[in-house]
Amino acid sequence: MRELTAELRQGVTIPRPERPRRILTPDATAAERVQSEDPIRQPPEDAVFRLQDVGLWYGAKHAISGITLDIPVNRVTALIGPSGCGKSSLLRCLNRMNDLIPSARVEGTVEYHGADIYAKSVDPVEVRRRIGMVFQKPNPFPKSIQDNVVFGAKVNGIEGSSREIAERALKQAALWDEVKNDLKMSGLELSGGQQQRLCIARALAVQPDVILMDEPCSALDPIATLKIEDLIRELVKEYTIIIVTHNMQQAARVSDYTAFLLAQEHGLNGTLIEYGPTNEIFTQPREQRTEDYITGRFG
Amino acid sequence: MTRLVFEKQLAEVQEDMLVMAGMVQEAILQGVEALKTRNVEQARRVIANDVEINNKRYEAEDKCIELISLQAPLASDLRTIIAVLHITVDLERMGDHAEGIARIVLMLADEAPLKPYIDIPRMAQIAIEMMEGALDAYKQRDTALARRIIDRDDEVDELYDQLYHELLMFMIEERGTIQRATYLIWVAHNLERIADRVTNICERVVYLVEGKIQDLNVSKY
Repeated sequence: MRELTAELRQGVTIPRPERPRRILTPDATAAERVQSEDPIRQPPEDAVFRLQDVGLWYGAKHAISGITLDIPVNRVTALIGPSGCGKSSLLRCLNRMNDLIPSARVEGTVEYHGADIYAKSVDPVEVRRRIGMVFQKPNPFPKSIQDNVVFGAKVNGIEGSSREIAERALKQAALWDEVKNDLKMSGLELSGGQQQRLCIARALAVQPDVILMDEPCSALDPIATLKIEDLIRELVKEYTIIIVTHNMQQAARVSDYTAFLLAQEHGLNGTLIEYGPTNEIFTQPREQRTEDYITGRFG
Repeated sequence: MTRLVFEKQLAEVQEDMLVMAGMVQEAILQGVEALKTRNVEQARRVIANDVEINNKRYEAEDKCIELISLQAPLASDLRTIIAVLHITVDLERMGDHAEGIARIVLMLADEAPLKPYIDIPRMAQIAIEMMEGALDAYKQRDTALARRIIDRDDEVDELYDQLYHELLMFMIEERGTIQRATYLIWVAHNLERIADRVTNICERVVYLVEGKIQDLNVSKY
């Protein structure tokens, strides 16, 4: 079955209990102001994802636990934290990539536009079409540039000629001008930065509404990195982007919201320590552990 | 993981700022002392030393820019550097006010004294106390102390107001005092501005600790 739940396809939002808003308003009461010191500030915007108490097990290992998080629509949300804190694991919970690992088990609820993506009736392939992913290392297929872009789109039944689909996606990925005369050339002949933009084009061609990026620039040089970052800011006008990055300056440059995760001690599960607007996280974090991490005094 | 080199540089730039604050404090004390004792030489030294104060500010600015560009500071590190940048500008302007007082000493050198100086030394004393308090608040990251210091600005404003009206009366009653009285109003104005600059420093302490930039000097004057 390739269909997502009927509710999801029709865009019907499943009713959910209201959670208190934690953003300060000018007329906030004293009690609300105290509450506003909470390091977890859910964005006061429409959410694409609502995570409630999400945890992940790999066999007997508890990788992450107790993550409650709203991801706002048409915003870049960065997940930061030291190695092993579970940020990539969390990212992979959002499009059921962890299903591919036999021992992985997700707990809690991950709602996408109000529908539980882990419900039995939901097809993980459809989830991954709507929630695309770009990986750390560019991984084009050994095919032509055009075939790389349209492959997934054709499998998913996206309408239009191959040339049209490729042109649209390559333009969105800011790669078109560089490859428009070489669409038959192998994707493997492109530079690293171009390959990564090709992978972004491939993800865009299946018409997702969320793009997950797992360290998308870590294998790229600074110029290619800045191109991807510019592209992220351009894409966020139409898509919701969630990016895992080790580069804090990158998180500061490209994201609107930042979530900081930390495994309390080595070998223990990662939890959400702080979440809020990026400018606040990087200038006035509320948690000492966030402060220690972003100022480089962690550990 | 620590950042030993960065922490050392961050400590140095703050120490430089405190040294600069000591130089400014000395300039204010010497300027007012020169006025009281009609000591032209002392006034000339204050004027000459202002160049060093200005240079200290430029050095601090250079170091802050270097830290920002090379170390990419964030959170409290970033706020510290921004606070130092602002405070050194305020200190440099306070030094200019002290120099302004010293220049008036030179202008008054050949004039007969108008009156015994009581309010001006009092204003200077409060301004110096405020400055010491503001620097303590900075060193201890004490926002409550910073806010108390800001409140003291009203005392300086009140003295300035009082002195201003007193000197106006001199001018109304005796035209021959206009020039000297005007010079003394300038002295008082310089001191009043010094106290205002101290409140800016206090606001930066609050920013450093709480991350909020706000005007805390809501005076009745």
